[in-house]
Amino acid sequence: MKLTLSSSPHQRVKRNTSQVMRLVILAMIPGVIAQVLFFGYGVLIQATIAVITAVVTEATFMQLRGKNSKFALNDFSAILTALLLAVSLPPLLPWWMTVIGTFFAIAVVKQLYGGLGFNLFNPAMAGYVMLLISFPAAMTMWLPPFSLTSIQPDFIDSLTIIMTGFTDSGYSTDQLRLAVDGATMATPLDSVKTALAQNYTYPEALNQPIFSNALAQSAGAGWAWVSLAYLAGGLFLVKANVINWHIPTAMLLSAAVFSFILFIANSDAFASPLFHLLNGSLIFGAFFIATDPVTASTTDKGRLVFGALIGMWVIIIRTFGGYPDAVAFGVIIMNMAVPLIDYYTRPRTYGHTAKNARKQ
Amino acid sequence: MTNYQDITLQGLWKNNPALVQLLGLCPLLAVTATLINGLGLGLATMLVLIGSNVTVSLIRNVVRNEIRIPIFVMIIASFVTIVQLLMNAFTYELYLTLGIFIPLIVTNCAIIGRAEAFASKNPLLPAAYDGFTMGVGFTLVLVVLGGLRELLGNGTLLTGADRLFGEVASNWTLVIFDTETPFLLAILPPGAFLGMGFIIACKNALDSSLEARKPKTENVITRARVTTDS
Repeated sequence: MKLTLSSSPHQRVKRNTSQVMRLVILAMIPGVIAQVLFFGYGVLIQATIAVITAVVTEATFMQLRGKNSKFALNDFSAILTALLLAVSLPPLLPWWMTVIGTFFAIAVVKQLYGGLGFNLFNPAMAGYVMLLISFPAAMTMWLPPFSLTSIQPDFIDSLTIIMTGFTDSGYSTDQLRLAVDGATMATPLDSVKTALAQNYTYPEALNQPIFSNALAQSAGAGWAWVSLAYLAGGLFLVKANVINWHIPTAMLLSAAVFSFILFIANSDAFASPLFHLLNGSLIFGAFFIATDPVTASTTDKGRLVFGALIGMWVIIIRTFGGYPDAVAFGVIIMNMAVPLIDYYTRPRTYGHTAKNARKQ
Repeated sequence: MTNYQDITLQGLWKNNPALVQLLGLCPLLAVTATLINGLGLGLATMLVLIGSNVTVSLIRNVVRNEIRIPIFVMIIASFVTIVQLLMNAFTYELYLTLGIFIPLIVTNCAIIGRAEAFASKNPLLPAAYDGFTMGVGFTLVLVVLGGLRELLGNGTLLTGADRLFGEVASNWTLVIFDTETPFLLAILPPGAFLGMGFIIACKNALDSSLEARKPKTENVITRARVTTDS
């Protein structure tokens, strides 16, 4: 047996930031493919626009701050932020809104706070919320999935509609949104919320073309597949040890529990837990957004609290608030609470019991 | 004798009530959705500042120290009432737009701050002039922030100028660019906070760059000798 002798350090860093970021980007691929299959090429175009904006902004600001911009770009964090933002955006959003959102995320939310590792808020979600508050109409303009549309925009159509607002043949986003029966279609969360607000019951609300088959009954055609694809990517991240299981588990579980409480209290007025889980960006947010190492809680216990409270906020805002989806709001609210959570969930120092610690 | 140049510099820049003292932020953030709203509230605040500073300065030797704050508040409240009635009479539409924020000028800390810090210790003319420059400084910030938010949000400037200046101004609105989708963030309260932050940051950056450009004066180091027998 050969014993190797070496001087310290004996424990080496397995992965650096850039590798972690690239793994997360890799894990997003299934979800992005599902989005392309169900909602068209728009998401790819948005991603391109967002990545270009993010890289240019990051480089410019690092230069302005007198830092090494090449080093900052090499860690892929700006590109990941841009991608996370791009997949959250409606696929046919006008290009300049994507540019504004990405610029805000990188320049204001990340760089003005001191760059990677110093930002208080999740840059992608802060950029998303900024866009949602500024342009509520455009930001909720999701196309219905392909199985339900009469006109399916191809790549060139998507490109021209993002750049100019109209397809080659002169259709606007609004016209594309008109479904077969001529009624505008919203996202499942939006349509259920609207129906419930009009005093329909939840089973009645599901009686719309968007919920046309068994899987769609719980999440609307297309959306469920996108969520499941992101779930696969997220599980890969947990398996690869890039993210801890605490935040996603706590977040999904608490969302399920809170929606279940409402659902058994009045199953006519509130959507089912499965509907909440598979819809909107809950799964995507649980694995890809809330687990951001910079803005999430850093202790295991704290991560459980952090995730659970995001889940609670999501259900509260989705059910009683003004916006149909709430993952971005939940994450940003809890970002503010992270220092407090970390303070109260400090792990026990090795060699001290909790009792001893209090006595001292 | 008090230096008027110093008062001017203090009010407009070095000790600007909005940018440096950060006083009166509530109306500042709430009403600056357009330039004219900002200008209107700024002028109203300036009138109250001058009035209260003059009165406080006149009675500064009569009022007993223990009860000065309630008296200052009553003086300010009287001037706010006067301004409110004037606006109700002459600029009714602006009065409606500004709404609750006109009576709320009473609670603007910048005013009682000047009454306490300056007017109650200085003679009439400097006090009046201090009220004027502080008011101008506050108004300038309101106008800049209002203009910025209006420009970013709607692409216009000076909408509703007729509310403040009468019929003459009804076509003063400048359309800088046309937009179908207003940038709501700039018009909503978060935009006010962000815009205010950026304006303060710009001021600080300007200050520090001016500081850096100034020729460095040779510092003569003087040390106090501390010995046991001194």
